[in-house]
Order: sequence, then structure tokens, then C-alpha cells
Amino acid sequence: MEVHKPFIFRNGVLLVSIEIDVKGVSKSYGKTKVLRDIHLQIQRGQIYGLIGPSGSGKTTLVKLIVGIDSADEGDVEVFGIKMPNLDLLQDIGYMAQSDALYLELTGYENLAFFASLYPMKKTEMKKRIAYAAELVKLTGELKKKVSAYSGGMKRRLSLAIALVHDPKILILDEPTVGIDPELRLSIWNELMHLKNEHQKTILITTHVMDEAEKCDIVAMVRNGALIKNGSPDDLKAAYGANQLEEVFLQAGREQS
Amino acid sequence: MRVQALIKRIIKQMLRDKRTLALLFFAPLIVLTLMYFFFNGNGNEAEIGIADVDKRLVALLEERDIHIEYVEAADSQTVIEAELDGLLTDENGALKLILLNDDPSVARSILVQVNQALLMQNAAVGGDAPTLETDYIYGSGDTEFFDVLSPVLIGFFVFFFVFLISGIGLLKERTSGTLERLMATPIRRWELVAAYLAGFGLFAVIQTVIVVSFSVVVLDVVLVGSIWHVILTNLLLALVALSLGTLLSSFASSEFQMVQFIPIIVIPQIFFAGIFPVEGMAEWLQGIGRIMPIYYAADALKGVMYKGLGLADISRDLLALCIFALVFIVLNVFALKKHRKL
Ligand SMILES: Nc1ncnc2c1ncn2[C@@H]1O[C@H](COP(=O)(O)OP(=O)(O)O)[C@@H](O)[C@H]1O
Ligand SMILES: [Mg+2]
Repeated sequence: MEVHKPFIFRNGVLLVSIEIDVKGVSKSYGKTKVLRDIHLQIQRGQIYGLIGPSGSGKTTLVKLIVGIDSADEGDVEVFGIKMPNLDLLQDIGYMAQSDALYLELTGYENLAFFASLYPMKKTEMKKRIAYAAELVKLTGELKKKVSAYSGGMKRRLSLAIALVHDPKILILDEPTVGIDPELRLSIWNELMHLKNEHQKTILITTHVMDEAEKCDIVAMVRNGALIKNGSPDDLKAAYGANQLEEVFLQAGREQS
Repeated sequence: MRVQALIKRIIKQMLRDKRTLALLFFAPLIVLTLMYFFFNGNGNEAEIGIADVDKRLVALLEERDIHIEYVEAADSQTVIEAELDGLLTDENGALKLILLNDDPSVARSILVQVNQALLMQNAAVGGDAPTLETDYIYGSGDTEFFDVLSPVLIGFFVFFFVFLISGIGLLKERTSGTLERLMATPIRRWELVAAYLAGFGLFAVIQTVIVVSFSVVVLDVVLVGSIWHVILTNLLLALVALSLGTLLSSFASSEFQMVQFIPIIVIPQIFFAGIFPVEGMAEWLQGIGRIMPIYYAADALKGVMYKGLGLADISRDLLALCIFALVFIVLNVFALKKHRKL
């Protein structure tokens, strides 16, 4: 089933092409409230950054969007369809915060396994694997078992796996942790390319401010609440700040 | 298609884990062999006296490595004086076996051999089976413990190792985060369960065939019925172990916690497997036995291996095992809801 509903009309007027719509989501683990009434909308072809200190609830929010965890209140819609939805998962490439890889298998076998969970022809699959591996500069290491990979290599393989089925939406949870600055830059360039040339929608979490600067929209998360969102420039202008970091600190003070 | 990819991956991972493979295939053989030597003693060098017994039956006994001594008088005294282990006589068609029973394992071995020879002769000649009356010079016939041990042990080891390895297999998938990662792909929960059943099931089949063949061919355990029925019963038991192992792994958060299930789930089942007479237990205890998969498997295995029962006689036990497996499989699919509602 081809699920594609990128445009939202109201009264026959095209509003925006919202691909991810988080509607008042709350979540608690036991007594601790981890997410408080989060609303956010992500448009097609946007790089949307979730920034916040560790423990602020970014991973939890991302999991709710992918549908591998469920909210206590509120809904998540992707392409206007409520998650979780198996067909929609076809269009999502997810990279978890902790590398979920099969250590006994080689890099290639890991990629091939995840690729074979999506409908894809053999030749197409080979091409996609080669492309994804090249993107993260792992082509030469694919024959090695993942147990022999370094932390950064595992991170890159996880990213390649998220890309391997050519999804419309990429959801990346701290994708650049443990990756050296040079490769980090080349990965960001590639993400920009995916966004500009292929109209991919990218949701990325980070706790590094200079990465947040590169996003089209930044959402600041603190203590499970979304305290501010907007384009980096708008946010800085609103607070008269030079750095996003200042905005984050000031907005945090306002909240508490 | 997805199931196939999953199965392929599970098999690949297993094949690269040599230690686990060794545990699955060889550990049961080693333990069974130890048990065999422990309980069987020198049973094969038994010597019995024969008086007035059908020659065909004697020939069958000799084929079974029993030393035969022909004697005139037929009473207990003869056995003791001639230093025999037993004495078989025919009193007007009623066979009587006097067993010295100074070593219960020898006495048991003789009894089993005579019983089997009788069954074979009866199969060849036809008609009503002659009755066999047994007398013990020392002790009594309470040697059943040993007779039933081997079928129960075979079943138990198949259950134990399949339970442990499949449980830890799925657990590893949970703790490494790959299960959650899989849930972010369009895979269906039942596809995952089916792949686990098939992937680990393949190894369980190989293990079952190895364990049963080894027991029958190398250890020469008592097998009156068909080996195929033994394998079938063990396969069903392995399926139960497999589905129970993967199910319980969702309640464990580490390998160690999986091992903690052994004294709670696995060991108690031995008590209901018929090594200890279930009839002597309190009513409520017997009730508990009814919810233990090994109880049914052991009943079927004892029936086939020791009593020579056919498929029809053990069908109720097999049905019970199928129901266990089915229930656990369905619960597995539900347990995965923890990771994704859909
Ligand atoms: N499975 C869980 N059980 C209990 N608490 C959890 C669980 N997952 C996350 N938390 C808690 O929720 C909060 C947010 O965690 P997380 O979403 O991982 O934050 P971040 O990704 O921003 O670092 C933390 O306080 C964390 O301890
Ligand atoms: Mg996180």
C-alpha cells in the first residue's frame, strides 16, 4: 500500500505539507512524567532538531513518533495517519540512540538483513547497501564482524541501516555521538543533500548546539516539555542572542 | 519473505556461536552417558538359569547377551547355590522369573530383557502373551525407578536445553535493542514469533534426533515401541520448550534472570515426570502435575519406550503437548505488544 498524503487541505485550501504531527502527547514512567503535552509539526523536506540535555525526554518522544512506545495521552500522526501503522513504517528510517546491531554478523549481513525486511528487489538492494555504506564511509569494513567495530563505526552502520530502504522520513536519535568531526561534517552534508535533492524529512535529536544551528527548525526540550521552537535565526532574534545556547538558557529560565 | 530473512539470520547467528551449539548438541549426550553408567552398572553380564522354557525364547534371550545356564531344579535355592542372577521357569504355560536382586540394576536389566524377548516371541508366534510372574529373592520389585528413568531423562534434556537456548536467544535480541529496532520496521509480531519457532526449531529437531538416536543406538536404552514415536513426542516437547522459553524471556531482563527460571519452571517438572510415583502424591499436587508439559511427555515416552504403546495410546499426551505449544505461541505474539501495540 502506498501511503502518501503529504498535503493537508482545509476548506479546499492547501495549508502546508505536514508529515509528522504530534498532538498533545504526554507520557509517564511510573510516577515520573517524562513528556508533558508536546505539540509539534514537521513539514516535508525539513530538518527538525530536538535539542535538550540528556534525560529531557528526546528519546522517549522519538520512540512515540516511530510507534515503538505508546503515549498515555495524545496522538502521533504521520502522513495524516495515526501511529503505529505498519505500512507507514515502510517510509520511516529509524536510528536508535543505542546501536541495535547483530554483533555476530558482518556489517554487510546486518545491512542486508534489515534491507530484506522491506520490499525490495535483489539488485536494488545491492545498490542501496552500497550507497548507504559509502555514505557513512564503511564500504571497506563491510566484511568485518560488527563485534570488531569501534563505537563510531557501529554508529555509522546504524545510520546506514536507517537509510538502506530509502525512506521518506529519517528519524535519527543522536546520530553523530562518537563520530569524529570530519566524518560528522560529511554526514551533515549528506543529510542536507538528502533534504535538498530528495525532499527527505529529517527529525534529529542532539545535545550539541552547533548541530542545532544547521536545522531548519529547532525545538528545545527540557524536563519533558517543549519550551521553544522555531528557526535558529528567529529564535536568536527573539532573544537578541548570538548563540542558540543563550536562547536555550534564557528560555529555560522563563519556564521555571 | 520477512520470515525467511529472519530465519536465515537466526541460523547464521547460531552457527557462529560454537559454544551454544556444543551445549545444545553434546551436553545432553554427556549427561545421558554419565547417567547410563551411573545407573546401569554391569547389567549386560547377567547370568540366568533356564528350566523347561521354550527354545525360541531362550534363543532370543541369548541374542540379547544374557548368559544362559540350564538347570534342573527350579527354586530360589538353585539361584543362590549356582550363583545366578535369575532363573526362568515355565510352569504349565505360566512363566516365572526368580530374580536374585542383589543388585537392582542387574535385576531390572534381566526383567526388561526377558520382557522384550517375550514381546518379540509373541509378535512372531501370535496368540495371547504368556504371563510373567516375578519373584524377588532379595528386596522387591521396586526397581521401577530405573526403568522409567531413561525415557524421562531424554525428554527432560530435550526440554531443558531447548528452553534455555531459545529463551536466551530472544532475550539477547531484547537486551541488545535489536528487538525494539525490529519493531521500527514493518515486521508483524507473528512473523517474528514464527521465525523464532522455525529458526530455533530447526536446531531443536537436530538435537532431538541426535539425543534419541544416541540413547537408543549407543546407550541401548530400553525401547519396546517405535523410535519414530519417541522422536515425535520429543519434537512436540521441544516445541513447547521453545515457545515457553521465548515467552518467559520477556519477563527476564538479563541472561542471569533467564537462568533463574530454571529452579522455578524447569526443575519442578522433574518431580511430576514420573520418576517419583505421582499416584502417591496429595490430590492437589497431582493437579499441579497436570499443568506441567513434561508430565505428558514423560507419560508418552514411558509408554512408547517401556511399555511399547502405539500412537493411539499416546495421542492424548501428544494432544496435551500441542495445546501447551499453541497457548505459549499465542501468548508470545501478545507479549511482543510490550514493544509495539500493533
Ligand atoms: N523505560 C523507562 N523506564 C523508566 N524511565 C525511563 C525509561 N526510559 C526513559 N526513562 C526516563 O525518562 C526520562 C527521559 O529519558 P530519555 O527520553 O531517554 O531522555 P533523552 O533522550 O533526552 O536523554 C529520563 O529521566 C529517563 O530516566
Ligand atoms: Mg536520548
